[in-house]
Amino acid sequence: MKLFLRLLFRNRLAGFGAVVLGAIVVLAVLTPVLPLHAPNETNTANRFLRPFAEGHLLGTDHLGRDLLSRLMWGTRLSLAVGFAAALVAGLAGAAIGVIAGYFGGRTDNVTMRGVDMLMAFPYILLALAIVAVLGPGLLNALIAVAVVNIPFFARNIRGITVGIAHREFIDAARLAGMGHTRILLTEVVPNVVPVVVIAMSTTIGWMILETAGLSFLGLGSQPPQADLGSMLGEARSALITAPHTSIVPGVMILLIVMSVNLLGDGIRDALDPRLRSGALARPMAATRVERKTVPAPEGEGLLRIDGLETQFHIGARVYKAVNKVSLDLKPGECLGLIGESGSGKSVTALSVMGLVASPPGVITGGAVRLNGQDLIGAPYEVLRALRGRKVAYIFQDPLSTLHPLYRIGDQLIEAIRVHEPVSRAQAHERAIKLLEDVRIPNARARARAFPHELSGGMRQRVGIAMAMANDPDIIIADEPTTALDVTVQAQILALLDDLRRSRGLAILFITHDFGVVGQLCDRVAVMYGGRIVETGPTAEVLEAPAHPYTRRLIACVPELGGGRRVLAAIPGLPPAVDDLPQGCAFAPRCDKAQDACRKGEIALTGAARQVRCLYPEVAP
Amino acid sequence: MGGYILKRLLSAVPVLLGITVIVFLIMAMIPGDPATAILGSYATPENVERLNRHLGLDEPLWRQYFIWLGNLLQGDFGRSFALNRPVLDEILDRFSATLILAGTAFVLCSLLGILAGVVSAARQYGLADKAITFVVILGISVPSFFLGMMMILLFAVQLRWLPVSGMYSIWGGGDLPDLIRHLTMPAFALSVVATGVIARLSRGAMLEVLRQDFIRTARAKGVHERRVIWGHALRAAMVSIIPVLGIQAGFVLSGAVYIEMVFQWPGVGRMLVDAILKRDILLVQGGVVFVAACYVGFNIVVDVAQSWLDPRIRT
Amino acid sequence: MTLALKTTDLARTFDIGKRLFGPPRAQVHAVHPVSLDVQQGETLGIVGESGCGKSTLARMLVGLLPPTSGSIEIEGRALDRADPAAFGRLIQYVFQDPVSSLNPRKTIRQIMEAPLRQLHGLKGRALDDRIAELFDAVNLRPEFLSRYPHEFSGGQAQRIGIARALAASPRILILDEPVSALDVSVQAQVLNLLADLKSRLGLTYLFISHDLAVVEAVSDRIAVLYFGSVVETGPAESLFAAPRHPYTKLLAESAPVVGRPLGGAQSGELPDPLNPPPGCAFAGRCPRASDLCRSEVPHLRAVEGDQFAACHHPITD
Repeated sequence: MKLFLRLLFRNRLAGFGAVVLGAIVVLAVLTPVLPLHAPNETNTANRFLRPFAEGHLLGTDHLGRDLLSRLMWGTRLSLAVGFAAALVAGLAGAAIGVIAGYFGGRTDNVTMRGVDMLMAFPYILLALAIVAVLGPGLLNALIAVAVVNIPFFARNIRGITVGIAHREFIDAARLAGMGHTRILLTEVVPNVVPVVVIAMSTTIGWMILETAGLSFLGLGSQPPQADLGSMLGEARSALITAPHTSIVPGVMILLIVMSVNLLGDGIRDALDPRLRSGALARPMAATRVERKTVPAPEGEGLLRIDGLETQFHIGARVYKAVNKVSLDLKPGECLGLIGESGSGKSVTALSVMGLVASPPGVITGGAVRLNGQDLIGAPYEVLRALRGRKVAYIFQDPLSTLHPLYRIGDQLIEAIRVHEPVSRAQAHERAIKLLEDVRIPNARARARAFPHELSGGMRQRVGIAMAMANDPDIIIADEPTTALDVTVQAQILALLDDLRRSRGLAILFITHDFGVVGQLCDRVAVMYGGRIVETGPTAEVLEAPAHPYTRRLIACVPELGGGRRVLAAIPGLPPAVDDLPQGCAFAPRCDKAQDACRKGEIALTGAARQVRCLYPEVAP
Repeated sequence: MGGYILKRLLSAVPVLLGITVIVFLIMAMIPGDPATAILGSYATPENVERLNRHLGLDEPLWRQYFIWLGNLLQGDFGRSFALNRPVLDEILDRFSATLILAGTAFVLCSLLGILAGVVSAARQYGLADKAITFVVILGISVPSFFLGMMMILLFAVQLRWLPVSGMYSIWGGGDLPDLIRHLTMPAFALSVVATGVIARLSRGAMLEVLRQDFIRTARAKGVHERRVIWGHALRAAMVSIIPVLGIQAGFVLSGAVYIEMVFQWPGVGRMLVDAILKRDILLVQGGVVFVAACYVGFNIVVDVAQSWLDPRIRT
Repeated sequence: MTLALKTTDLARTFDIGKRLFGPPRAQVHAVHPVSLDVQQGETLGIVGESGCGKSTLARMLVGLLPPTSGSIEIEGRALDRADPAAFGRLIQYVFQDPVSSLNPRKTIRQIMEAPLRQLHGLKGRALDDRIAELFDAVNLRPEFLSRYPHEFSGGQAQRIGIARALAASPRILILDEPVSALDVSVQAQVLNLLADLKSRLGLTYLFISHDLAVVEAVSDRIAVLYFGSVVETGPAESLFAAPRHPYTKLLAESAPVVGRPLGGAQSGELPDPLNPPPGCAFAGRCPRASDLCRSEVPHLRAVEGDQFAACHHPITD
């Protein structure tokens, strides 16, 4: 709760809304005891007094009634009606939505068709029809507004509930022997409540507007009682002669609705966990760079990464995802970058072309040199021209990485045409050639397919074809087979290996699988806690790992053909990169760790084989 | 695609029937006796009874419904007693005026809203984003009728740029520039709230899409950022924007009722409010069914647009 | 040895394109009739690629999904109605995604209490003691009980999931990809914990995974699923070492193994479930396929010793 309030007031506009709304509500509650004129006390002699007239701070209306008093009483009424309508609509709609969404099937079908039927009316038609039946009056207007809004809530909440009802914890509750009622009340509803609160807080303003609207039309509150809407309605005929009688209630509606909306947005932001973590930020076209010094190149190479540091700045926390990583890739070479999740391997790969999502990502140091040209901090246009042309990427999940609404042929054509001024027809022919190169059968027809019409393996072939579109020098493959089945994985790996050998491609291959590295890569680099802990030729590293982490990680992974056995586990958890220990990041889990391992910086030593360890398993 | 359109058209039939049932039942629940309302409270019981029989009101409810529905299908919406002319003629006259107003406002709010939303998302937390967000909050908080009144005060009374109210039909002698002069203020006032809603939603949808993996793919290919935003991202965002355009069309149509009151626009909304206050039931019934049917038709167009955009829902 | 679990022709069909009234537009056979026997104290591994029906099978076994036909017997008792509460005391389920299987708005204590209260009617002291005992069994510290699921790493959350499943005191655990969401260094911890629990509590496991090496390492016997059918069963030691069904062979050869050259790019994909082939589902990808394979569905039969294969032309030495 405290967290909620802090988050709410972190948003200054929401705080402003809360203060204004609070003041209005307090005044409205206190209205009966404030020293005001009676709201319905007419005095035709004092008609249309201007504001600041004696005894009437805001002037008087067409019957000489005190505007301030009427405004306060009207505000009371409007607020009460708006909140009541939101409450009724929210609760009724949520109940319908939760039941339809949880039970699904026919219940859902019938209920939702009814809801759709109501939504087929522009809302005011339904409201007008309801008022026509019930007769004009404030209570009837409230009912009309509430009823009209129930379908919106029902739909919204149903969608959320369907999502929750298919979550695994609902299955777990059923396996724990809970009945439907208990599951609904204790498992589903607590997860829906925040959504209902958000929906209500963002629609109260709208409800107030709608009831005011009905009153404005003369269908809501009836004279002499007046809410803000009917005050405006009555004042309309004197709009030109006595504008203040219109402006006063109008501005009040505006103030109330605006403060409610600001507050509602604040509540939504504070309750939505994604907004809390800042995850809804939009990644910019290229990763932000805040680099103080540029390290000197440490050697030659097609692609050289020198002392790369990439961090995530989330709130006050700094996650050192990539910590002084140096790598080099020679033409035609395949380098494997291996590590567990959170080790920084993917961030390293994405940093090369500035594709780390930013915010929150920041490159804070190091250099990435492509044929000697530093890419970190390069102007956007330079980076863009190299992306896909010199360095191309293949990503993990081919369903989410291809645009769902473009035909795959068009996506390939685009990849060609952003870098080469060829005609569409020429590009189309090349696209089909590319699809054939990655062994997609019936390429000409498949070019017209959308990604969802292909299987996972076919989609990843398209991903590879797209990477090959401009004959790049380097392909960075970020776990390209992790989402695929093992038989399909074998096909894709074989394809990559063929392409690499026939075209002299250099590949930076990111994976967590030693088996894959062993089959595909010439050299391997092992990452742990954002740093390289060991590199060397693949066969040597796998046969005689030098770093204790590498050795024990390899031992963790069962290998096919070994039969039934007890596995060697590594106790503990990988380190959190926002709170790295002093010295070696693996020391807390390492059975060889000495005091010296827990302090200072431990250097990567060696030449062709390098290891970051004071007590390596084998001399590098 | 053709199959989808046909399927969608067929699925509208039960909805339309449902609408007529709902409207009919609501109207049947109205307390009081239409004949008394027509003839006034001094009518003799014999006259009332005769009129009831004439109107078919002595039949059972379900028969009344089918008679009414049959007449509707033949284009006979009945006769408005207050205006003493066929309901359909009155509706068609009035609806064209509403269509001009609401149509203009809808086009305005769709274009402005999406534009503002995309710019806002592309410049998240920048100056443009903050300014747009502020204007949007103001826009969705102001009652359209109040805004209309204030515009009259400013542009018509103070500055005398635009006419206060009324509308000349271009078909009835007025010319296009004159129509535009009369249309400017009401169409703008009507579009403001929907513009705000669409802008907010578009911003959210764009931010959601811009975080997706396929945007990163487009950037990795070397696609220009302008094309990433206005091509890849907007296209994907439209999948969630289009349904909201459909809902907002209903809100624009609804808001037209207020705007027509403020600007004395001779549209269907004002007609309905007058009819309710005068208890002119056949006119209310006919008007509601007619407008709702048009809205259903519009939503079919929206769905077809959606399926054209998103191949995943065509099957 | 007694049978812990026996399924007889267990099958599940899904309707595609449901209508409000009338028959559905099409049907997909997610699981073809499957008959399995699992001995008391045994670990049966089930492997298969995505879409082979292994999760559907698992959900039927715990009563989350009613089978279209066939029956389930647990320790000789038939469980026909899909009622998770009736199944719960005998058979429990450990989910693939440990975090999403815990309700984000409940504390771990509340999550642990549910099965104990609902299935065993425990309360008060007895309840607290049992929770402490379970937490001890999965090596978790008792202070975790007052925390919420999002505060845990994947490995810890999976231990909680295992503790919750054990709370029901089941005889059988269905482990549905229990480690595939975890990092390799944590995987081994959880697998060893599971092995330890099994021997201490005398449990029977059904271990479902797509990872051949993991399944081989933990199972006594393995069943290979392809396109909704069991294509081969056999002892863990010999199944992948000497596969009898060509699909098992393809699987074993596709698994990346250090030092083995990359296999040939054998193409081929799963058949369309809406339009399945008439004979063996694997015939389209199979180098040994004959006309017989394309017309007649092969049934599971003994090929050598304990090894059964559903193949007209099994691989023999």
